[in-house]
Amino acid sequence: MRVESILELIGGTPLVGLHALSPNPRVKIYGKLEGQNPGGSVKDRIALAMVEAAEREGRLKPGDTILEPSSGNTGIGLALVCKLKGYRLRVVLPENVSPERREILEAFGAQVIGTPAEEGSNGAIRVAEKLAEEDPSLVFLFQYANPHNAQAHYDTTGPEILADCPEIDVFVAGLGTSGTLMGVGRYLHDHKPGVQVVAVEPPAGEQIQALRSLDEGFIPPIFDPDVLDRKIIVRARQSIEYTKRLLDECGVFAGISAGASAYGAVKVAESLDEGTVVCILPDAGWKYLSSGAWTDTTDVVEERATRINYW
Amino acid sequence: MAVVVRVPTVLRTHVEGAASVSAEGETIGEVFADLTARYPGLQGQLVGDDGALHKFVNVYVDDEDVRYLDGLQTKVADGAEISVLPAVAGG
Repeated sequence: MRVESILELIGGTPLVGLHALSPNPRVKIYGKLEGQNPGGSVKDRIALAMVEAAEREGRLKPGDTILEPSSGNTGIGLALVCKLKGYRLRVVLPENVSPERREILEAFGAQVIGTPAEEGSNGAIRVAEKLAEEDPSLVFLFQYANPHNAQAHYDTTGPEILADCPEIDVFVAGLGTSGTLMGVGRYLHDHKPGVQVVAVEPPAGEQIQALRSLDEGFIPPIFDPDVLDRKIIVRARQSIEYTKRLLDECGVFAGISAGASAYGAVKVAESLDEGTVVCILPDAGWKYLSSGAWTDTTDVVEERATRINYW
Repeated sequence: MAVVVRVPTVLRTHVEGAASVSAEGETIGEVFADLTARYPGLQGQLVGDDGALHKFVNVYVDDEDVRYLDGLQTKVADGAEISVLPAVAGG
């Protein structure tokens, strides 16, 4: 393989068998290794798609500054794309994300604006919306409401999965902005009717201490509940256990949200007689070494996860 | 049917600060009616005036989102654990 730009390496990630995790030998489980993207996560796909769409729409010109709320991965993907395309980037990042994410963002040249830990991603969104309103020269791509987020997955992730695994019965992915689930889910519904689309959701609402009322809640504007067939909550403990199992039993060194996704895939597998489940493993383990996921006991990591956002 | 309802931080002021409370009911709707009768501060917080689940509330029975089961009509087994969580930005 030979490419002229690192951006050409975004997407085209492999599916790898996680059959050791399957509770039933007649149910196969595959994980899509999104940590293989050059910026290290599935979010490289939407970063490139949102930037190129803004260029086509005339919203971005050389030297412009992009503003984005992110818990890390979208910011890192955007930083990579911006560096090569000549844009500046400001990332609004909750203070309680794993320290590696902030370090990588700074290494990639992004300006990081911290928001209070107790407000979580809601706080990062609130601050980014305010900054965008105050300074119209900032280009606000806003992954939570940008249709090119889901479209990137309809155009790339979905077709890759169906090409590599035409026998897929169930698709499992984490719910953050909902872009992966919306894009891949719609692609599969359109091209292989009958495939079940299952969301695994981190209990983010438990972490946000500063929520004053339910009316401060947030649902991503791109989220369409009808694309999903099932939604499961996955708690920190299960996510950590499956992050450990991915490495111990499958040799896959993946992030904590990949552990959540793998747990969801196993839970789905338990309810099938036979079939094939594909889950998204959004990133690799490097950014989570400080979580102790592979070196400390589950109890210790679980306690840490109450203070630090590893998703 | 007796069930346990886990209450999110944002709603705990309405249930005397408890992280979880027990309740009775055959369905999610009945469980919430029982809770609201005992804790009037929850009025409008779980179920809106239109009789539907509050837009910014997600409810799980044994970790499954009830919007993908039978909503407020979802049956609950004795001893089931119901989690109520505010819908917030993830990731």
